[in-house]
Amino acid sequence: MLQINNLHCELEDDSEVKILKGLSLTINAGEVHAIMGPNGSGKSTLSYVLSGRDGYTVTDGSATLEGADLLEMEPEERAAAGLFLAFQYPVEIPGVGNMTFLRTAVNAQRKARGEEELSAGDFLKLVRAKAKELQIDADMLKRPVNVGFSGGEKKRNEILQMAMLEPKMCILDETDSGLDVDAMKLVSDGVNALRDAGRSFLVITHYQRLLNHIKPDVVHIMSEGRIIKTGGPELALEVEENGYADLLAEAAA
Amino acid sequence: MAALDEVQLREGVDRETVETVQSMAGTYKHGWETEIEMEFAPKGLNEDIVRLISEKNKEPEWLLEWRLDAYRRWLSMESPDWAMLNIPEIDYQEQYYYAKPKSMAEKPKSLDDVDPKLLETYAKLGIPLKEQMLLAGVEGADEPRKVAVDAVFDSVSLGTTFQKELAAAGVIFCSISEAVQKHPELVKKYLGSVVPQNDNYFAALNSAVFSDGSFVYIPAGTRCPMELSTYFRINAENTGQFERTLIVAEKGSYVSYLEGCTAPKRDTNQLHAAVVEIVILEDAEVKYSTVQNWFPGDENGKGGIYNFVTKRADCREARAKVMWTQVETGSAITWKYPSCILRGDEAQGEFYSIAIANNWQQADTGTKMVHLGKNTRSRIVSKGISAGHAQNTYRGLVSMHPKASNSRNYTQCDSLLIGDKCGAHTVPYIEVRNASSRVEHEATTSKVDDDQLFYCRSRGMDEEEAVALVVNGFCKEVLQELPMEFAMEAQALVAISLEGSVG
Repeated sequence: MLQINNLHCELEDDSEVKILKGLSLTINAGEVHAIMGPNGSGKSTLSYVLSGRDGYTVTDGSATLEGADLLEMEPEERAAAGLFLAFQYPVEIPGVGNMTFLRTAVNAQRKARGEEELSAGDFLKLVRAKAKELQIDADMLKRPVNVGFSGGEKKRNEILQMAMLEPKMCILDETDSGLDVDAMKLVSDGVNALRDAGRSFLVITHYQRLLNHIKPDVVHIMSEGRIIKTGGPELALEVEENGYADLLAEAAA
Repeated sequence: MAALDEVQLREGVDRETVETVQSMAGTYKHGWETEIEMEFAPKGLNEDIVRLISEKNKEPEWLLEWRLDAYRRWLSMESPDWAMLNIPEIDYQEQYYYAKPKSMAEKPKSLDDVDPKLLETYAKLGIPLKEQMLLAGVEGADEPRKVAVDAVFDSVSLGTTFQKELAAAGVIFCSISEAVQKHPELVKKYLGSVVPQNDNYFAALNSAVFSDGSFVYIPAGTRCPMELSTYFRINAENTGQFERTLIVAEKGSYVSYLEGCTAPKRDTNQLHAAVVEIVILEDAEVKYSTVQNWFPGDENGKGGIYNFVTKRADCREARAKVMWTQVETGSAITWKYPSCILRGDEAQGEFYSIAIANNWQQADTGTKMVHLGKNTRSRIVSKGISAGHAQNTYRGLVSMHPKASNSRNYTQCDSLLIGDKCGAHTVPYIEVRNASSRVEHEATTSKVDDDQLFYCRSRGMDEEEAVALVVNGFCKEVLQELPMEFAMEAQALVAISLEGSVG
């Protein structure tokens, strides 16, 4: 599904600042991978570079989604190709109804893929059903995108977008940050409901507890712009227990 | 309807031409020209031209005198220079002040008799001149709505739809030249009573040479059975359009009036100096909506319409109410301040505005709320959007006179900047001359945020769609005040006007 090979990137404004330094990663269809790592290891940058945000220059390496070169595409083309990023800090868009935003996004992707746009009626039915599962009420669908949403509401809204857009490759950037226990359960249930053989996930998190809810197949530890260790779910437990110090020392040795 | 069927057949033939012109015109969609034989008055402005225009319209003596009076006053006046606009010197002798399609020499009895080429122009613009037609593309309209249209082409009105049905309700909706013939007493009573001839330089010019425009009279206690609209099209080159609109709402009446404007793309600038007067009597309400999409000039600032407009509503009696809504996306220069004179006690004035300036456009627009009566209320919501090298100024006056006790105003001015070469300015004038009134003013300036755009794009929208979505969100409070048919058009227009403003 997602193949990242020797990816290097630096800040566009300051080429002295190298962030990714030879990151490689392969995620097969249907797999859930988690990336953990200390602050500043480049986890969020990885998600931005994959989704095409401005501000970074890729200097080496490649990233492909089902064989297609992601780095050559505009952000919206990556989205239409099936990539989705659940933001750590979802952006507020005043005056734009949540529903309008969703419908514009869904239809933009359908159009880009040469599919027919969803009718207003079909869209409404679909969004209501999906919103219900995430306990998103009618009011939240009407309100402007993320404006005045609580932390939990914003994250649930990201998952609603994911459910509506039905991407193939979902990247969750610290979706657990700012969530209480109940909200985390709700968000995780939403993610788990989307797990399927044709869909892969990359879960970026600081804490093992999210991985109690969203069980990963593979766990990677990232530091200084590359993966320093890869293992099973037990790796996350080890980090939870001992912190990153041992792993970092081991990698440096 | 034979003529109209023919129009549709011809449409296909001409579509290619239209598209070619459109692609040359960049993003402006109405930049094509109708090739037609025109009758011009000689170039330039003098008393003879004023006489000629009056004669062409077969006007009574008093109106000719009124025009000449205005002309003489205009000669002694100077072009206003207080706006934040860089207005190149205009040679008033290099303009035509009267242009009329030759086929309109004899006034057609009905729209069916109008030259198909002219009808075709409106068909291309999507303006319904068939009485059974409705504005297209209205989503969620439960029942078909009727909109009566007065179509003004350069200096003359081609005709007005639904006149019979409106007459049955007692409503008069016709061109002002027709009103001068058929209802001279009404025109004489109200013309110039809201905007006097010498009100300002451009109003004086308009009073001297105004050609066509619309006249609306709503009798007491009548709710106008449909929306009324006037569609202005400037076609002829080097020709100014000086329309004059007069709306009178008698006691307890209601009308919603829409106005739309477009012009072909040209290298030269063209002059548009309009006057709109609205008289509102006791308990009556007038809603006036404008979508102004005159040619804005090309991306290098060449060409475009100079739009100098005086619009004023006089809420003459108690509880009279007016609501101006404007979407200003076109014109190279916009100088326009639709105003409310709140004379009657408890009168209400509202002004909702979206002004978009892209490339080299300049806009200086706002409103005046003059509170004269007790317990009067006004509300101003202005959304200015600047992109490219454009300068966009909100200029507004809120004046509370000594007798306007317990009156209130609320003003909200928001500016949005796209890119770093444009400017937004807010110039509020506030005069409060009594102790019991209250004036509130809020202003914000923001930039279209890269994070917002990336968020939208990461969900699959392309850059232009993303900008349009964010900007439409910014404008929402104003867009929702527009009649539904116009809201759709305005929303699309907002997107089109900003094409090429990012990236």
